[in-house]
Amino acid sequence: MEFLSDIASLINSTLRISTPLVFAAMAGIFAERSGVIDFSLEGKMLMAAFVAAVGSYYLGNPWLGLLLAIIVCVCLSMLHGFASVTHKGDQVVSCVAINILIIGLTTALAAAWFGQAGLTPTLNEDQRFLEIHLPFADALRDIPVIGTLYSDILSGHYVFVYLAYLSVPLVFWIVFKTSFGLRLRAVGENPSAVDTAGINVFTMRYKALAINGVLIAFAGAHLSTAVNANFFREMSAGRGYLALAAMIFGKWHPKTALIACLLFGFTDALQIRLQGVELPAIGEIPVQLIQALPYILTVVLLAGFVGKAIAPNAIGQPYIKER
Amino acid sequence: MVSPILELTDINKSFGHVQANKNINLKINKGTIHGIIGENGAGKSTLMSIVFGLYQANSGSIKINGKEINLRSPRDSIINGIGMVHQHFMLVENFTVLENIILGFEGETVFGEKLQKAKEDLEKLCKTYNFNIDLDATISDLSVGFRQRVEILKSLYRGAEILILDEPTGVLTPQEVDELFKILRSLKDEGKTIVLITHKLIEIMDLTSEVSVMRQGEMVGHTKTEDTSKEQLAEMMVGRSVLLRVDKKEIKKGETIFKVNNLSVKDDLDVTRVKDVNLEICSGEILGIAGVTGNGQTELLEALSGIRKVESGSIELFGEKISDQNNFLNPRMLKEKGLAHVPEDRQRMGLISDFKAYENLIFGYHDQEPYSKSAILNNKEITEYSNKVMQEYDVRPNSPNLITSNFSGGNQQKIILSRELNENPKVLLVGQPTRGVDIGAIEFIHQRLIDMRDKGAAILLASVELDEILSLSDRIIVMFDGKIVGEKENKNVTDRELGLLMAGVA
Repeated sequence: MEFLSDIASLINSTLRISTPLVFAAMAGIFAERSGVIDFSLEGKMLMAAFVAAVGSYYLGNPWLGLLLAIIVCVCLSMLHGFASVTHKGDQVVSCVAINILIIGLTTALAAAWFGQAGLTPTLNEDQRFLEIHLPFADALRDIPVIGTLYSDILSGHYVFVYLAYLSVPLVFWIVFKTSFGLRLRAVGENPSAVDTAGINVFTMRYKALAINGVLIAFAGAHLSTAVNANFFREMSAGRGYLALAAMIFGKWHPKTALIACLLFGFTDALQIRLQGVELPAIGEIPVQLIQALPYILTVVLLAGFVGKAIAPNAIGQPYIKER
Repeated sequence: MVSPILELTDINKSFGHVQANKNINLKINKGTIHGIIGENGAGKSTLMSIVFGLYQANSGSIKINGKEINLRSPRDSIINGIGMVHQHFMLVENFTVLENIILGFEGETVFGEKLQKAKEDLEKLCKTYNFNIDLDATISDLSVGFRQRVEILKSLYRGAEILILDEPTGVLTPQEVDELFKILRSLKDEGKTIVLITHKLIEIMDLTSEVSVMRQGEMVGHTKTEDTSKEQLAEMMVGRSVLLRVDKKEIKKGETIFKVNNLSVKDDLDVTRVKDVNLEICSGEILGIAGVTGNGQTELLEALSGIRKVESGSIELFGEKISDQNNFLNPRMLKEKGLAHVPEDRQRMGLISDFKAYENLIFGYHDQEPYSKSAILNNKEITEYSNKVMQEYDVRPNSPNLITSNFSGGNQQKIILSRELNENPKVLLVGQPTRGVDIGAIEFIHQRLIDMRDKGAAILLASVELDEILSLSDRIIVMFDGKIVGEKENKNVTDRELGLLMAGVA
């Protein structure tokens, strides 16, 4: 019984920890399927976290904070588009610039507005998202297996967790079952083919980036207005990069990217559990090593196990129509 | 008098300082096959891209069926019944045929009924024109000939009445060209109008009823095909008279200097691409390799020039074994022994396109005197040499400081040729010497190769252009699937015979 509840809580935290990764990976899929590299997931997630926390604090409603975060992230995506799609700048450089800008900007703005470098005030219960307890969760808890599944794994999450996992089939449907998706994939593979089909390549890429901005805002809001009750410095902690790795690991496909996100989430959940635990025969593993586990896994998986990840053919290349 | 379906008046287009189209006037009659011929860079593709809405003209007007229209994007052109098959196919390789065709014209937000209907319509179209295309096949699995049919089908499905084809035969075998021409003729019989852009005179004479000639961005003439000849068209294209036949002296065959014994070579994916090949070349002889692209010619040339490993067999130069699977000489050592190589892929292997012309002219010899002394380049000497050699090879513009990628294909090829021929090699390996090269330069390049042969070099010439093989070679071998499937003295051999060998039929 003890074992079962351990497993349940491990799965529960895997789902929670994977949430921002899933949003970011889905955001990445839109940008990269359209042929635009998005290294700036990290920066945008951080910015979303900051804006959501500040917005909720001043407006008193976490949904308004989220809305604000969406607006700001879409603007950042448009900035990336302006530099790399319209002006055909180097996409990686544009992303790095955005990431650096945001690390500095969030810290500085927090200092200017709240007097503490990189820290926003703690949000009260009205200003943040709370865990959602599904109906009858308590009543059903004692039913073996199903009760655990329902009450301890499915119930008791923040709204973002549910939204994240709902977004995956939605993204799959958009990318593979709609004409928008067909054009999106085509523009990342062969933009000339799209242009000669009478579709504006630039508009398509901007649309993809706009969706990218919306999705990444959810990841940031989840961090600062749901699992935490404030923003702190560099709180995205590499999750944007991790999501990018998951997306590549998942070969730019929503389903496999989800699996990769869950795998990273799981190792993270596991490392939290393993801290300070004596393992038989091995003894206590140093905390630092355990904490590095998800990152080590990323490197190992990307380096060896995935095989060749075939990127969209035109990725990273600005579309130049006239010679 | 029939009214023209397409009428262009005073079209002007420039890219930066280069005026690609100057005051172009053109009338194309309904239900005809109209040829537009001109050298590379004459502005044919630019003009047609304007008609297709891909580029916007700086000035001028376009009328379709007598009505003036404004083409802001390909969509406008497609709606007005213009379709275009580009030189480089506009297909998404990992999409299916169906997906490629409906792209942009899906007719519904979420795939469902319309997709089904499109499929039925396309199947009907395929039947009408005998296309024999599987709509669910992925493009990357299709041969070049089939990809082209997909492009034609795409235009027809989108309702094209005028079909523009930009250099459609460059990548096809003679048999595939026949098939294409059959399709085009049947389209014409259906009442469609076809515009054929090409630099090949023979296609114009074969297929078209009217022809317009472009030179350096200007339209220099229109005529009915039956009223003109190849020679006349060539003269209009180039602006001076051109020798279409290569003048070749009787062969003065010397001793065998280059020999390949039972050679096998693998490609990067570990597939054997050259299988047990034997050949000999004598001094003063041109040996032509005919074959469809991808039948091992590339790997053979690479192995012979020392950039690809020999799997088994050996290569002999002047009776001395220079390469087998255990030892092989690198290109540098081969050069010193008198072997030069003009690679097939000019952009990728022949040149560094971001370098200036003078750098490419001496590259490979740059560390030898007089171009450098004690590891320092001698710029004066290099500039002098470059000026001299560019004049000699008629490289235009004659400016050694220009970045190589700004030269036209023909002039880039002249740069490579001058570098490789300058050392008077004993053996010359040449791959696709005139691919993407205009007719004036072709004449020049061919003449240089013949000169080398007459001076006693042994030349191995691989080309997908059968005409080139037939007009230059003394002896011809045909490669198919990595093997030599036929060898002929170049007397009374026809392109039909070679075509069958190339297709692996005979």
